[in-house]
Amino acid sequence: MSAAMKVHVSAIRKVAPTIKEFILTPADGEFFPFSPGSHIVVEMQTDSKTIRNAYSLLSDPMDNRQYRIAVRLQPESRGGSEFMHHEVHEGDELTITPPNNLFSPDWRAKKHVFFAGGVGITPFMSYIPEMLRRGADFELHYMYRSTQTGAYVEALRDLIGERLHTYDSITSSRAEIADIMAHCPQGTHLYICGPESLIDTVRYRGQQTGWPASHIHYEAFAAPKPGKPFVAELKKSGKTIYVPEDQSLLEALEANEVEIPNLCRGGVCGQCRSPVLDGDIEHRDEFLSEKEKSDNRCIMPCVSRAKSSRLHLDI
Amino acid sequence: MRLAPKPVQTFRDDFTYTNSDEAIKRFPFPFPEDEYMYSVNIEPHTLPGPEGSVYEHLFDIDEHYLSEMAERKQVLAENPKRCLAMDHMDLACWDFIDRAMTTMSQDYPNYFTLEKDGEHWTWENKLLGIKDTFTFGDSRTLPHPPMEYMGCQVQGDIALLDQRDNDLFMDAGIITCPADWSLAFDAGMSFSQWHGPVPLAHEAGIFERALKYLNAIPVDQPVRRLNWTLTINARMDTSPETYPNWGTDRDSVTPENVGEKVYLRVELQVLDRMPRSNALMFSIRTYLISMNDLVTNPEWAKRMHRVMKTLPEELIEYKGLTRYHSTLLDWLKQFDLEN
Repeated sequence: MSAAMKVHVSAIRKVAPTIKEFILTPADGEFFPFSPGSHIVVEMQTDSKTIRNAYSLLSDPMDNRQYRIAVRLQPESRGGSEFMHHEVHEGDELTITPPNNLFSPDWRAKKHVFFAGGVGITPFMSYIPEMLRRGADFELHYMYRSTQTGAYVEALRDLIGERLHTYDSITSSRAEIADIMAHCPQGTHLYICGPESLIDTVRYRGQQTGWPASHIHYEAFAAPKPGKPFVAELKKSGKTIYVPEDQSLLEALEANEVEIPNLCRGGVCGQCRSPVLDGDIEHRDEFLSEKEKSDNRCIMPCVSRAKSSRLHLDI
Repeated sequence: MRLAPKPVQTFRDDFTYTNSDEAIKRFPFPFPEDEYMYSVNIEPHTLPGPEGSVYEHLFDIDEHYLSEMAERKQVLAENPKRCLAMDHMDLACWDFIDRAMTTMSQDYPNYFTLEKDGEHWTWENKLLGIKDTFTFGDSRTLPHPPMEYMGCQVQGDIALLDQRDNDLFMDAGIITCPADWSLAFDAGMSFSQWHGPVPLAHEAGIFERALKYLNAIPVDQPVRRLNWTLTINARMDTSPETYPNWGTDRDSVTPENVGEKVYLRVELQVLDRMPRSNALMFSIRTYLISMNDLVTNPEWAKRMHRVMKTLPEELIEYKGLTRYHSTLLDWLKQFDLEN
């Protein structure tokens, strides 16, 4: 894990019925500027465990005075978003990692089209100031349910005007993804951040109509979902670790002082890949190939779990 | 800085380049073992490194500063294509300017100063007599394009690698002292493409592993590795473009002149994540030492002999040593008689 940084929570505000925005300022020294699409990992110390969630930075990347993140309350989660919503207050100190980027725009694109679903608007909030500075051609399709999400709609309309297309499932019709994609000029790059169903829809449509895979970029919500509890046996350290339902295998390893390289904590970067000797794996990552998944020889402990009651890891 | 810049020496024609005793002492000798083999020899470049060493600062400025800057100007005048930056790399170039100016003014305050007034920056390079005020991020406010402007003020070559699709692309750089490769040829290539000619390492899976590691380098946590080859005469510019100037030098090595003609060329390669652009800065700082100077250290002399003796045939050929390898080996043997 990257070197930790102490930050202050200097302001908290509600930006949608289920989304809170947190403004973070440096506890000492200065923040680095960051690149559009970057995320930080926030460390949360609950009574019983440490949770680490990745959140996209949504401020202007050139502004190094503050970092802003937005957190959606996820009722069925491991508790990270509940902690952020209920336990974190203005003035508190938090620990974060410096920014990393796994969702950078391809600046050679002729045109950029963004699909945002709900709180998936966050990485595009950092794209837009840089796109405007460069005079890039872009449009944003923003899908949300205004009784829950839909943060920053007014600010975005002021900022980018007609380039913003909104689809509020309460009041307006759904986005015609196929139609939008069909009207993109050649050389367009697509960027999707939102629920899996949105990512799947765009990717499927892209495959059907011959989009180059290198022109479709996506980032799923990073926080790992809970699952069934299981036991991890570690060959090299000889440890036996209990992984409860609301903790990821990676978090359980860390809680037992088994440190392994990791970056995104969301199943996409590949850093934490670990060899498995025995046990059935429930793969939930975006990194391993289908073949690697069916071989059942390695796991991404940041998101994936065991189908069986035990996993034997070669770490 | 321990080593004040010496007056300009040459890396061509009359080759007046010399290393002081202190420069020899701090030379980054690259062989940790008697037998050389490729490995992913990447390690954290924790700053500041040991005082006075080549690892102390992000950009190592030493006694050859003025000579290398003069050589760079000459190479660029002969062939401006040694410096390029694709349009989408403009922000990455400014990241490089920020990183270089900020660290150099902190690390060598006697030589470089940087004053920031919001976006209005004033940079002074006392060694080269440069003083400019410009608007950060606005390339029109610099006297030269940003890559060339800053590249002509740091020792060593610089490439800026764009990161996309989990790969790295050679999309900007200033490369005037390459060990037989060309920026104009490699421009726009991916990581595996520009490493295409390297023997043995592909099979070992080294590039695949290295690429994953490099893609994950965070901001402010640079990493480094050493690379090496041999060069005849203290020639900095051994590029394919100028091969006619130096290719035949390899035939000039004799048992009598091997100590002064053959140079060990070591590249301290540093990879540093650029915060605004997510590009990776790849700096290649080149150090040259003649065999005569190298063997003043008996440990280095012995190890150099053993490394040369066990070097695989493919590497002898790839590094262009074929024509004088046996002459060098015979000469080095006198420093390692038991082997």
